Amino acid sequence: MDFSDAFLNATVLQKYAPSILSGVWVTLYLSAIIVVAGTALGLILACIRACGWKAVNFVIIVYADILRALPPLVLILIAYFGLPGVGVLWSSNLVLFIVLTLILAAFAEEIFWAGITSVGKGQWEASRSTGLGFAQTLFWVVLPQGVRMGLPPLTNRAIAVTKMTALGSVIGVPDILNQATTAQSFSGNASPLTLAALAYVALFLPFVLLARWLETRFAWKRT
Amino acid sequence: MTLPILELAGLRKSFGELEILTGIDLKVTKGELAFVIGPSGSGKSTMLRCCNLLERPTSGAVMLEGRNIAASGVRLDPVRRRIGMVFQSFNLYPHLDALGNVSLALRKSLKLPRAEAAERAAAALERVGLAERARHHPAQLSGGQQQRVAIARAMALEPAVMLFDEPTSALDPELVGEVLAVMRELREAGMTMVVVSHEMRFAREAADRVIFMDQGAIVEQGTAEEIFGAPKSSRLQAFLARQAA
Ligand SMILES: Nc1ncnc2c1ncn2[C@@H]1O[C@H](COP(=O)(O)OP(=O)(O)O)[C@@H](O)[C@H]1O
Ligand SMILES: [Mg+2]
Repeated sequence: MDFSDAFLNATVLQKYAPSILSGVWVTLYLSAIIVVAGTALGLILACIRACGWKAVNFVIIVYADILRALPPLVLILIAYFGLPGVGVLWSSNLVLFIVLTLILAAFAEEIFWAGITSVGKGQWEASRSTGLGFAQTLFWVVLPQGVRMGLPPLTNRAIAVTKMTALGSVIGVPDILNQATTAQSFSGNASPLTLAALAYVALFLPFVLLARWLETRFAWKRT
Repeated sequence: MTLPILELAGLRKSFGELEILTGIDLKVTKGELAFVIGPSGSGKSTMLRCCNLLERPTSGAVMLEGRNIAASGVRLDPVRRRIGMVFQSFNLYPHLDALGNVSLALRKSLKLPRAEAAERAAAALERVGLAERARHHPAQLSGGQQQRVAIARAMALEPAVMLFDEPTSALDPELVGEVLAVMRELREAGMTMVVVSHEMRFAREAADRVIFMDQGAIVEQGTAEEIFGAPKSSRLQAFLARQAA
């Protein structure tokens, strides 16, 4: 058996391409809704933190720290195998979506919070002195600057978390990797995994490039 | 006797144990330029910041057009629109161009429609001589131009009084003149102003009254001639001697 036969067997590729393509859609839509929901939740948490209520902030910080510390697979398995025990029956897709959204939100909250605190006190004071309220100042003056600072790390983190959708194959989410490993075991050939790798590259490389581009241009000259 | 636009009465401010303002009484009448001098750390900035409640006084009253705005329950946002503030470090919004800096509060606080806000902002920029820089971002402007945009931002709200906290201290010497020129024009247009600054020449030519602060209190006040020509207190004499040196 030569190399191309082991990794790029044309017959196998042809046979399993449709199922891997169906996995691409699953990975793609899960990734999309995880990024949107995780970023939004992280932004909301960072804004709440900006209000400065001590008890609430404590909860947010504990949440962010724990979710950033735990290996994602542990959370996924706990949620998938543990929740039915308390009467919560979620599909594997829903479990994966919720767990990864919560993880991305934890990172996004920290990134947005860092952005918010990087905006100087003078910006708040200038805005408040012209009659803008707290929320208006946060929204129109502080967030545009803080979010912009956070975009490159956020893009990197979003890529990292959405790539974790591959962990869903462990609990039966029919994503790219799951389709590929199934095909691999049926065919006894690694070509579907090659195809999966190519699919991941096609899916994520544009975002990696976007992150790179953001990194080069995110900083405008500070006054 | 005209009613003062701005009046501080028995104003005290402590940070923790430390009393920074130890009872300030000050009346600023319409169209007056009150010029505040004093050594660093004497509480000049704190006093200004109490005027628009960026700092909440520990006790005492801040009367704006006859109303105590330091009383509890006063909605501060509308009040702050009546009090313009210009900072030493400009504090322009770096993500907005000059027009955006000036029009933000017009749109979001005063709730003017976008077109009207832009028109008023453009007029304010025109008054500080920066009409053609409206589309420049702060990073593309010199320090002097940035401070003029900041003045336009405060002025565009048509406040009853404007506070200046060392508006030229962060500027290269050659850029100080253009900012003082704008302030002079504002004064001539009848704006009521409280100016904290070390520009003694400007004080001599433009101030109606010079106020000397030291250790959280007003030690002496009078016309520029009185304060600079015939200082009474030894602390003012020592301060002026240090300034001249
Ligand atoms: N937020 C603050 N917390 C604690 N101390 C402060 C604060 N703001 C000012 N101070 C202190 O108050 C004193 C007066 O400061 P300031 O009003 O800035 O004086 P000036 O403007 O005359 O130089 C200084 O000793 C300063 O350290
Ligand atoms: Mg000061």
